[in-house]
Amino acid sequence: MKAIVSVFAKDSKGITAYVTALLAEKEINILDISQTLMQEYFAMIMLVDLTDCTMPFVELSRYLVDKGLERALDIHIQRQDIFEAMHRI
Amino acid sequence: MSYLMNSSEILQTIDMINQQHLDVRTITMGISLLDCADTDLDACCRKIYDKICRRAGSLVQTGCDIEAEFGIPIVNKRISVSPISLVAAACEAADYTPIALTLDRAAKETGVNFIGGFSALAQKGFTESDRRLIASIPTALTQTELVCASVNVGSTRAGINMDAVALMGRIVRETADIDPMGCAKLVVFCNAVEDNPFMAGAFHGVGEPETVINVGVSGPGVVAHALKECKGESFDVVAETIKRTAFKITRMGELVAQEASRRLDVPFGVVDLSLAPTPAIGDSVAEILEIMGLETCGGHGTTAALALLNDAVKKGGVMASSHVGGLSGAFIPVSEDAGMIAAAKAGALSIDKLEAMTCVCSVGLDMIAVPGDTASDTIAAIIADEAAIGMVNNKTTAVRIIPAKGKDVGDSIDFGGLLGSAPIMPLHKGSAREFIDRGGRIPAPLHSLKN
Repeated sequence: MKAIVSVFAKDSKGITAYVTALLAEKEINILDISQTLMQEYFAMIMLVDLTDCTMPFVELSRYLVDKGLERALDIHIQRQDIFEAMHRI
Repeated sequence: MSYLMNSSEILQTIDMINQQHLDVRTITMGISLLDCADTDLDACCRKIYDKICRRAGSLVQTGCDIEAEFGIPIVNKRISVSPISLVAAACEAADYTPIALTLDRAAKETGVNFIGGFSALAQKGFTESDRRLIASIPTALTQTELVCASVNVGSTRAGINMDAVALMGRIVRETADIDPMGCAKLVVFCNAVEDNPFMAGAFHGVGEPETVINVGVSGPGVVAHALKECKGESFDVVAETIKRTAFKITRMGELVAQEASRRLDVPFGVVDLSLAPTPAIGDSVAEILEIMGLETCGGHGTTAALALLNDAVKKGGVMASSHVGGLSGAFIPVSEDAGMIAAAKAGALSIDKLEAMTCVCSVGLDMIAVPGDTASDTIAAIIADEAAIGMVNNKTTAVRIIPAKGKDVGDSIDFGGLLGSAPIMPLHKGSAREFIDRGGRIPAPLHSLKN
């Protein structure tokens, strides 16, 4: 299953390293990354593949939210289908 | 970003959900209870309870799972059942309150937040069972928490059953005397639809399958946000913007509906394309009308603005879903919309303007609080006016009116949660007693003869 991971935070050093380490730890493969700065805010969007991830989706989602809060990051994971449904016919 | 996605689209979707209150308003499972009929009331109640719990046992959990995986809030999970006046017709019981209590228990057991279908279809006349059900409404609604009732009193095909209108005026009055909150769960319809997923008017029609999943989308905040970008533009641009936005909202509703249908192994019925406001700031239909250029909702121009909104929502949404149905349009429940509450409090939004607005949107006089001493004839006359609009214009209209016990114009009544709060609105003083006392039927209009 493919999913979109989105990360929003005030820009600081090491955000990408922290998040990618979390994903690697759960055997999640990153297929694509895009990141931008909007004023002082950092926004990163990743397309990931969950084929090898053994953690159930709902649990993983909660885990990422909690781990994000530890570093004042807003991390969410959503199935890719919702974005496709909304923007592609 | 590769893989056909680009980051601005992804950010747009996330922003809609996080900042603009985009959500799926309800997943409603319709369940036929027609096979629960029994001459023994207790046996009937037992069958109803067992069937609802069996069919809807995993509805709430499935809704929560979809919510978590797609990252889109699904605000309500609900159940609609066959009109109880049909299910209970065989029962040898004068009072149907025990059935309402059973529905309430089943709703609590399955974890849904409302169950609809304590209903009767009396547009042309009453069956004995319709009369028993309607007489049970005041106790049924005030002794239960989650049960919603509705009565259809008219249709374009059948005309208006004025005996039912008069009776419902008294029933609303009686319910309010016990507890005004009961009236927030009671809808009087003309042209009721069989696949509406929204409460309080949802019931599972007789033409529906055994079970079905209907989904109601929402998103006034998203439409408002999009319209802020077209300040000063012509109505052509406004209509186009609403259509594009409604398309996106509906695609998401369709995805959730298909997913819920697959996981629950229940056929998908319809997506209801309604803009349903909540009392939250930024989730208001009134605000959309004001962004279009009106100083306050309720002023001159409001009906035209609402007509454009209602039509554009349908045009945008209809291509995004394989099956569209239910009420589909903009809702204008006064107590559930921060902008409407403000306009009513300021005296800018009157009951007459609301009545005019119901000619061009999807429902009727919804969640309107009136003085506690309003006569049952007056309530019946308000119902008759709305039913006439529905009958002549071939559309659904509804009245959900709350006589607020012990309160008068200038006060307000608080329902809590999604139902919000409403200022008591003034009504006209002239009596309609002689008119309502006539009884009988208002004949169906000429254009009902379509064959």
